[in-house]
Amino acid sequence: MVAAVSSPSARASSATVAVEGLSHWYGHAAMRRQVLQGVDLTITPGEVVLLTGPSGCGKTTLLTLVGALRSVQQGSVRVFGQELHGAGRDVRQRLRRSIGMIFQGHNLLRCLTAEQNVQMGSDLLEGLSYRARRDQARQWLRAVGLGDELGKLPHDLSGGQKQRVAIARALAARPRLLLADEPTAALDSRTGREVVDLLQSLAREQGCGVLMVTHDPRILDVADRLVRMEDGRLMQDG
Amino acid sequence: MNQFWRSRRIPLAWLLLARQPMRLGVALAGIAFAGILMFMQLGFRDGLFEASVTVHKLFDADLVLMSPRTMSSIGMAGFPRRRLVQAMADPEVSGTTPVHWNLLLWRNPQTRNTRSILTLGFDPTDPLFTDPTLTEKAKALTQKGRVLFDDRSRPEFGPIAEWFKQGKVVETEVAGKRVRVAELVSLGPSFGADGNMLTSRETFLQLMPGTPPGSIELGLIRLKPGADPAQVAARLKTMLPSDVSIYTKKGFEEFEKNYWRSSTAIGFIFTLGAGMGFVVGCVIVYQILYSDVSDHLPEYATLMAMGYRLAGLLGVVAREALILAMLGYLPAYLAGQGLYALVRSGTRLPVEMDPQRALLVFGMILVMCMGSAAFAMRRLADADPAEIF
Ligand SMILES: Nc1ncnc2c1ncn2[C@@H]1O[C@H](COP(=O)(O)OP(=O)(O)OP(=O)(O)O)[C@@H](O)[C@H]1O
Ligand SMILES: [Mg+2]
Repeated sequence: MVAAVSSPSARASSATVAVEGLSHWYGHAAMRRQVLQGVDLTITPGEVVLLTGPSGCGKTTLLTLVGALRSVQQGSVRVFGQELHGAGRDVRQRLRRSIGMIFQGHNLLRCLTAEQNVQMGSDLLEGLSYRARRDQARQWLRAVGLGDELGKLPHDLSGGQKQRVAIARALAARPRLLLADEPTAALDSRTGREVVDLLQSLAREQGCGVLMVTHDPRILDVADRLVRMEDGRLMQDG
Repeated sequence: MNQFWRSRRIPLAWLLLARQPMRLGVALAGIAFAGILMFMQLGFRDGLFEASVTVHKLFDADLVLMSPRTMSSIGMAGFPRRRLVQAMADPEVSGTTPVHWNLLLWRNPQTRNTRSILTLGFDPTDPLFTDPTLTEKAKALTQKGRVLFDDRSRPEFGPIAEWFKQGKVVETEVAGKRVRVAELVSLGPSFGADGNMLTSRETFLQLMPGTPPGSIELGLIRLKPGADPAQVAARLKTMLPSDVSIYTKKGFEEFEKNYWRSSTAIGFIFTLGAGMGFVVGCVIVYQILYSDVSDHLPEYATLMAMGYRLAGLLGVVAREALILAMLGYLPAYLAGQGLYALVRSGTRLPVEMDPQRALLVFGMILVMCMGSAAFAMRRLADADPAEIF
């Protein structure tokens, strides 16, 4: 099946993400159902790609496969040149350190302050002193406009603030790829807009590719490229 | 040092515990309770066994002769006193003391009730105890009908020490015969005897006229400096007839402790009690850690999605357990010490916080916490980072 990837183009090998002929199934035997059908997708460094499509078409599934959270069943997924098809647990775990993830819910650690939550991201960086990592966490929080809320627990932050902490946490690990699944779903439209703008500008600064799933039509303009998915197939436009 | 700052991380284990003070409190109370239970049970067990040899430990002897028919200090059989004289033939034996040993009835001079008292009869010029103050006091025993009373005997024997210190002449009946307290000594009650008194051989035979002539219950043997007690014991064993048994001093104490160990359920009961404390602690810690891991499962999954290793997260649970063990042990240790003091003053049992037991209980608490953590960790396997989007 790996052999199906016959001639990786020059573009694909330098790409942040290169997906070719990716198919995925859920369930076993009679319950087995195909949710991805031969998906091809390339994201170049620094490119912001927005993924839309009806509910249940397989967007989250694609994201988890690119994010090395699930093992690839068929086809090829290469992230930073690393083939994920057949990659073991350890390879995927190490790769995830370079992938920032932002979830629909904020998924912050309830027992940690905003600063400590962000430091859980910068703690993944090797060879830095504790103080350096803490300073970075503070800088990221300032960058997302939460310089005054360092010591607050998630419990005491608003939804938008929590999502911004989550962005800071994702970026603090200096990822080369950012995956976001409906990061604005829990926010009102104005806050959502702010969060997405922030995400885009910070990702641009870092030269970090972005793959974002969204249903929100008002934020589509941040994209370099829009990709639409239907029934497990991608239809690219522009 | 540099390495430390590099490897230092957010103290996640501690924060997980500290940000839930209620749960932490319950966990610590549970562990402390289990620890206190173990301290008490093991303390009582060891204290009771130790208490069986309060008097044994005082003797000035390297080796000890007893009758092979003797099973314990509450039933000492006699053997020929000649055996001690024969033992003197060994070049490394420096001295011996024949001792009469029996439980006699002491009449409380205040209430007129009688109670068994351990009575030792010896020649007042012979060394008996390692305590040098006894030599002086023993001189008073040369007069017939005089005894040295143990002021640490249980109060049921009467206010003897109190009266004596007030300068009164304290007289009472032992085995139906009149005796007078000549001095006080401090020995302490043991398992088999609530009180003790010392007297001369003559007085002892007067109190126990039925004693066969030339028969004693205990023979103390002292060796020259540098002699190996085990070697001399082996030589004496071949030299002396089989109507005596030879023990080292330690062996003598062990013999007595073993009697109480094997003939009573004390060891079993208290070990069982300690085991129950252990089990209760395990259940509590497991419950706490399990619900802690379950509650934070999405957060653990998030950390895995961020690239944290499963082993690292297992380490967090293990560190939580370690923190619980250390924080829970501290109050258990302090409370244990307080309770031991209470027991000592209330029952005069020699219950001490000996380092070995302190370490044992800490080890049990550690095993309790880490074992529970190991089981609670299995819940972490359910943290699937793919399910968090
Ligand atoms: N773990 C799973 N086991 C079985 N089926 C699943 C699983 N996860 C998703 N599915 C199914 O696979 C299909 C695609 O799911 P997916 O979550 O990728 O859709 P989506 O495009 O993200 O939808 P939405 O916009 O509602 O989030 C859906 O029909 C869903 O029911
Ligand atoms: Mg989805």
